[in-house]
Amino acid sequence: MAGGAASGGTQGREYRAVALPLLLPAWLVIGIFMVLPVLLMGVYSFLTKEFRGGVIWDFTLAAYDQFFVYRGLFGDEPPTLEWTYITIFWRSIWQAGLATALCLAVGFPTAWFIATRPVRTRTMWLFLITVPYWVNLLIRTVSLKFLIRDNGPLNEGLMALGLIDGPLPLVNTNLAVQLGLFYSYLPFMVLPIYAAVERYDFALSEAAADLYAGRWTTLREIVLPAVRPGIVAGAILVFVPSLGAFLAPDLLGGAKTYMIGSLIDEQFRGSQGNWPFGAAAAMILMTLVLIALILYARAQGRGRPA
Amino acid sequence: MRGVRHYPGFGAVTAGCLVLLYAPLVVIAVYSFNGSASITQWGGFSWRWYVDVFTGPESGRFGQAAWNSITIALLAATAATVIALSAALAMVRAGSFRGRSATFALVNLPLMVPEIITAVATLIFFTAIGLRTGYLTILIAHITFCIPFAYLPIAARMQGIEGVYEQAARDLYATRWQAFRLILLPLVMPGVVSGYLLAFIISLDDFIITNFVKGAGMETLPTAIFGSVKQGIKPNIMAISTMLLAVSAIFVTLSYFINRVGQRARG
Repeated sequence: MAGGAASGGTQGREYRAVALPLLLPAWLVIGIFMVLPVLLMGVYSFLTKEFRGGVIWDFTLAAYDQFFVYRGLFGDEPPTLEWTYITIFWRSIWQAGLATALCLAVGFPTAWFIATRPVRTRTMWLFLITVPYWVNLLIRTVSLKFLIRDNGPLNEGLMALGLIDGPLPLVNTNLAVQLGLFYSYLPFMVLPIYAAVERYDFALSEAAADLYAGRWTTLREIVLPAVRPGIVAGAILVFVPSLGAFLAPDLLGGAKTYMIGSLIDEQFRGSQGNWPFGAAAAMILMTLVLIALILYARAQGRGRPA
Repeated sequence: MRGVRHYPGFGAVTAGCLVLLYAPLVVIAVYSFNGSASITQWGGFSWRWYVDVFTGPESGRFGQAAWNSITIALLAATAATVIALSAALAMVRAGSFRGRSATFALVNLPLMVPEIITAVATLIFFTAIGLRTGYLTILIAHITFCIPFAYLPIAARMQGIEGVYEQAARDLYATRWQAFRLILLPLVMPGVVSGYLLAFIISLDDFIITNFVKGAGMETLPTAIFGSVKQGIKPNIMAISTMLLAVSAIFVTLSYFINRVGQRARG
């Protein structure tokens, strides 16, 4: 959106008089069906749960209390910190962080490689990277599960080649969830880094080489700082959706890989659910996302020359 | 020149990356043509699971789900594109005004909020206002999250078109509406089509939000597929998945070429 700020100049102000009616539909639709629901979700997190799913309009801190405080099986012990849900959140943060690191480790070389191709073939490479993103996430996750399951093509192939004796138990492990997250969000890492590398001035690398800096020193000292905004943007684009991911942990993981998405989902299923608790968990997730976005904004601000 | 751009191994990583991205899709597409009823054994090439999708015992359920998915995607993409085009006109063609950056943030909000949060919030909202979950609630939710996907290509395209063409039309006594319909709209059309196609695909693909607001007995293709794979991956699911995969690939390729043709005409 580079041209955004200067748009008044070359593009005219033809629609100034009707700007309000033009903007109104977008404001109304997103305001009513997105902003209002999120605010209402905040209110619901302070309500009392109803047993068949739903809420009673009595304000209470019960949902947050259930999340953070443990009072024993019968609620008569002195309150201590409840670890069950914090553990699930911590696992999600950890998994999302690892997926981000993995995407960066693979995404950076890929983005660099594409950005250094001749201009004519660049769009083709980019296209190849983005196509899978537009394929249904559910189908991609199911396909991955099919590929890596115990008697799936991957294990059968490795066994046929004699590389392994028995099938590698991949499904229902952290590794499978990692692979799923990586697979789901990799293009989000590649695209912003590509955009940054494309703008990078390779004369800087040449200057470093003239001054006897090795290839990898140049990468670390010159290139990485220069393309940092792209890396930070990619990291946030992978981290945020990974944090609240539902399909990868649900289909590829098991009980030991339970993440925030499944925890929230469960609170709204049938009579076992607890809507205020689900809303509270979603609010806590949103707080984490906001923290990540604020850190992102600050990191981007620092990266820019004054 | 090549020296500083080249890093050993980066090409190999890229190749590995592409293999990883495409291998599962290729495998599922290949196995959807498996003649055997077992998903592990290869029984020769056959169309039987595609026939099964359209005539088999589950064809009614999947037919209804596909109909819901397609009609919702058509309606949601149309509404989102109109709303996005209208907003883009004000954002790009009305100079700067108060609340411009706030509006930009608002329009892109559905991209920033994790899907699971949107899903929960939307379900709570519809329940609170007493709207029964079903076709209508899915449609409303889809229109909302499709808006940024339609908006971004349209706005990007519009920013590249200078105001002089419309100005010339206006100087020749065209009304604002005529200048829009006869000058700006044809120029911005590649962006509009591109945005429409992306919104259509995003709507067709959505699972998480749909799963929350669909209500009992209502299915779209992704929720029907999810329900099926919970009991194991069956060959007919692979056939449906491959068809959806083909639809997505065709739409994205179309969107890509339309945008490129547009850029060439411009440049």
